[in-house]
Amino acid sequence: MSKSNVTSSGADHGTLKSYIIGFMLSILLTVIPYYLVVEKSVPTVTLILLVVAFGLVQLLVQLVFFLHLNTKSEKGWNFQSFVFTALVVVILLAGSLWIMYNLRINMMH
Amino acid sequence: MSSVAVDTQQHQSDHDHDHEHDESSSTVFGFWIYIMSDCILFATLFATYAVLSSNTFGGPAGHEIFSMPFVLVETFLLLTSSFTYGLAMLAMHKDKSKQVVSWLVVTFILGFGFIGMELYEFHELITEGHSWQTSGFLSAFFGLVATHGLHVSLGLIWMVVMMYSVLRYGLTKQVKTRLTCLSLFWHFLDIVWICVFTVVYLMGAIT
Repeated sequence: MSKSNVTSSGADHGTLKSYIIGFMLSILLTVIPYYLVVEKSVPTVTLILLVVAFGLVQLLVQLVFFLHLNTKSEKGWNFQSFVFTALVVVILLAGSLWIMYNLRINMMH
Repeated sequence: MSSVAVDTQQHQSDHDHDHEHDESSSTVFGFWIYIMSDCILFATLFATYAVLSSNTFGGPAGHEIFSMPFVLVETFLLLTSSFTYGLAMLAMHKDKSKQVVSWLVVTFILGFGFIGMELYEFHELITEGHSWQTSGFLSAFFGLVATHGLHVSLGLIWMVVMMYSVLRYGLTKQVKTRLTCLSLFWHFLDIVWICVFTVVYLMGAIT
């Protein structure tokens, strides 16, 4: 990103090119996992891993090309708050699933 | 955190940026913090869904009730609307207010189409007897997807307000700040939908 893309508010706002690239990538990253799931030609475990992987790449693409998340804008506070939130989200999701999975197993016996 | 400390830090890091670094910037940053808290709200709903998704209680499972082509079209609508909002932002930075409004109108139509399709899907599910009262899975499904839909609906109302503001006041500093906040909100909702599409629909269709 060149310096001229930084607005007075300190946030990056991208270019037409970056929006088009982001849009193309996000369409591609939607269509591929969709067909993998609909065609069902891949073994289930591989399929789940692939779908998760495509989802994660899609998240990154959207964060970078549409939300213009980078480590520089707002002196890095944007990015730091994002990393902190991501940490909370991971703890929340992994923790809930871990606890509830154990609970379910223990209730069965 | 004291404002003096922040001021000094700003002073040291970039002198020339000082005057520009003002209210509008902290408004956008504050809105970003709100978005982050909204992220956590959605994370709890996703966790709930992940825990309850197998509790069908004799009711239908995901793959029995989801229409995949329908959901794919919904996804395209929202993805495209995110892109067109980006184009509105580009027009805003070039100070072309007519273009901004036109792209906002396109974005609104796409977003409205998305909400229309979602409401149709909900209506179909409920008339077939698969409402949120059927099972834990469906409660979590409606809770998650409708919360996202509610966010999108509020975004649409906000978008109408912004179209009016741009036409009435032009692209003033305040209007630009608000358009920037809405862009964060709109792109964020697109990201949440990608998670819904992956976790709820694609994963649901696999098993």
